[in-house]
Amino acid sequence: MLRRTVGMSSLRTAGAPGIVVAGLRKRYGTALALDGMSFTVRPGVVTGLVGPNGAGKSTTMRVILGLDAVDEGTALIGGKPYRGLRHPLKHVGSLLDAAALHAGRSGRDHLLWLAHSQGLDARRVEQVIEQVGLTPAARRKAGGYSLGMRQRLGIAAALLGDPPIIMLDEPFNGMDPDGIVWMRGFLRSLAAQGRAVLVSSHLMSEVQDTADHLVVVGRGKAIADAGVADLIAAVSGDRVTVRTAAGAHAMRVLVRAGATVAATGRDTITVSGWPADRIATLLSQNAVPFSEVSAHRASLEDVYLELTREAVEFRAATHTEVSR
Amino acid sequence: MISVVTSRRAGQRVGRDGFLEVLHAEWTKFRTVRGRLIGMVVAAMLLLLFAVLTGVSSHQKGAPPVPIGPGSEPVTDSFYFVHQPVSDNGSITVSVSALKSSIPKGPGDLRPGLVPWAKAGLIIKQSTRQGSPYAAIMVTGAHGVRMQDAYVNDTAGPPGLVSGESPRRLRLDRSGDMITGYASADGAHWTKVGTARVSGLGPTPQIGVFVASPPALDGMGTAGSVSTAVFADLRVQGGRADGRWTGDQVGPRSPTFAGYPDGTSGSVTGSDGRLTVTGAGDIAPAVRETLPTGGTLREILTGTFAALIAVIVVGALFITAEYRTKMIRLTLAANPRRSRVLVAKATVLWAVTFAAGLVGAVLAAPLGERLARSNGVHLFPVSSLTELRVVCGTAALLATAAVLALSVGAIVRHSAGAVTTVLVAIVLPYILTALPFMPASAANWLARVTPGAAFAVQQTLVDYDQVASHYTPYNGYYPLAPWAGFAVLAAYAVVCLAAAAVLLDRRDA
Repeated sequence: MLRRTVGMSSLRTAGAPGIVVAGLRKRYGTALALDGMSFTVRPGVVTGLVGPNGAGKSTTMRVILGLDAVDEGTALIGGKPYRGLRHPLKHVGSLLDAAALHAGRSGRDHLLWLAHSQGLDARRVEQVIEQVGLTPAARRKAGGYSLGMRQRLGIAAALLGDPPIIMLDEPFNGMDPDGIVWMRGFLRSLAAQGRAVLVSSHLMSEVQDTADHLVVVGRGKAIADAGVADLIAAVSGDRVTVRTAAGAHAMRVLVRAGATVAATGRDTITVSGWPADRIATLLSQNAVPFSEVSAHRASLEDVYLELTREAVEFRAATHTEVSR
Repeated sequence: MISVVTSRRAGQRVGRDGFLEVLHAEWTKFRTVRGRLIGMVVAAMLLLLFAVLTGVSSHQKGAPPVPIGPGSEPVTDSFYFVHQPVSDNGSITVSVSALKSSIPKGPGDLRPGLVPWAKAGLIIKQSTRQGSPYAAIMVTGAHGVRMQDAYVNDTAGPPGLVSGESPRRLRLDRSGDMITGYASADGAHWTKVGTARVSGLGPTPQIGVFVASPPALDGMGTAGSVSTAVFADLRVQGGRADGRWTGDQVGPRSPTFAGYPDGTSGSVTGSDGRLTVTGAGDIAPAVRETLPTGGTLREILTGTFAALIAVIVVGALFITAEYRTKMIRLTLAANPRRSRVLVAKATVLWAVTFAAGLVGAVLAAPLGERLARSNGVHLFPVSSLTELRVVCGTAALLATAAVLALSVGAIVRHSAGAVTTVLVAIVLPYILTALPFMPASAANWLARVTPGAAFAVQQTLVDYDQVASHYTPYNGYYPLAPWAGFAVLAAYAVVCLAAAAVLLDRRDA
């Protein structure tokens, strides 16, 4: 069963750049860490992997890097399992934990051993150090680096092999505002170069201006996998809020005209399926007084909260409803 | 199906040319943390420091010179000798009808006892000078008739004890340098026991009967013994002799220094026909217990145990530090073939530690020897091949212990746990076997089955069947041959490395 899944996935995506995660399941004792995690990371796009802490974001990334084994499912890099890659850092650059380095080794030496493991030399190390702006501190012991400097060093390590795929776990964590702005621009530029970029975060606000595509995860599975615009539209619906003192009159008029209407407050009603200007025209023609007619538009935060609330409530159908 | 084939092919390609890169990466990792290099330098310095301390602190100036045998090894040469000079070829015979030994059980309380290597018989010896060449045939307390020469050679003859009813006749024939020993029960039928070429007997060697009685093993120590033999029919045929027998103590004149129990001394009584001779001491190679002031190369390299601590810490941290910081994930993401990472680490660590250990031992051994000799210490001699084995073996011991620490570190993934485990496995047995009150059986067991068995590579002392002694690790004698002892440690390291590789592959990083 498992073997068949592997074969089919690799055939379907053979040679395709990017990451294809299919049906990952992993159990730690009695806790289910991954429960059928599936999504795709495409080149030229920043994909945000968002979800609450413990939703399985980091576990998924470790599985993609061949660090953790799964009970079921596959994670393929350009159609191949990570462990079969030669010079894997030339395929996927990753930053899981900026603190994961030896405090007694300089940043440059940290990159140097990594370079040697991929058959690269010191020149490439100097290039990435310059690329992330770490040149002044490169020969100092990494133990003395600030969190921001460590993040930059981790990014340099991810860039070392000039990989077509970049994967960063919570890169905004602990960054100051300047750093966050730099990171956003940097991620956008990587995607603009045609790379596939996967960025995880537990805060939607961190990725909303950066990601083109979102994978929202909860309880070990993707509960939404869509473009940012699609996601907002899906959650907003095409609802219009009407604020009026004559609620009953307005509802009669709209229902007679064929609209779906619901009273949502003391002086507000919500209309589904009609554009706002048509509603305003209809109310004016029937002399119904109103103070506001506005299209409802959800923010990404709303999307996130709604989706993850549903995940917590564990509605099995959510995935198919939201994804395209 | 398809993907299985693909990944195997990819794996083979990595297998051919990926290892050097992993090795390069691990070497870069090792050399770029200053503490690791310092640890290695410290290990080498500890070897040197202890060698200097051992050399400087020993003081044997003014001690009596140690008798040196023809093979330039230290010997015991102390016995009672009834002799006369004889020139030219000839033959000497005697009949031994009794050999009784006594061992003191307390002050002034001498009791009959068995001294297996008590000796009574015929000897031809260059002179009464200690260490001079000889050949002898003798009856012993429990090992039958023996023919011995040059202190280290020993050939067994007819077994059995002697008594008044069954005396044993002995004969030595001289033909130039060739001495042949015979034994007989009746004086008519002679059994050839052995032939020895003894060079340097000189124009008039001393010939006669002797009695020696080495210290008897007594619990964990030894007790001086004394033996008395009855000789009859002492005859010299051929050769030119003046016929007068003289009784003499060879070796220290003072009975106490010659090893006699309190209140006894060497003597000869009786006429030419029947002699009763009492003697103590031995004619044999020196061992640790008979030459307690002698120094060994092992003692000069006593800093090995301190250096071990340093390299074990460096070895364990080489991987446990990566687990502590979680850098291991980066390492394994960069090299998904995990067992390769472990083998690369082990290779780098072994090579670096071996180099450090070799530098330390190469400097420490000759320096310590020189200092000890200048303080009058007699060092048990070693051939240059043996010295090379000890020096390389010490470096290999350190390197392999470091790899064992690395492997245990990869298994337990915890610095203190790994360091403690390996220290307990190697250094603790070493310390336990160095305790004087440790029973020999327990010490030998420890020196066989624990990784501490590897200290056998530093053994330079030789145990002799014909010398009864406590051949224990405490005295510098290991139950296993040098490289066999090393192999025990190597086996532990290899098994742990294999177990670590399997676990590393199976566990989530």
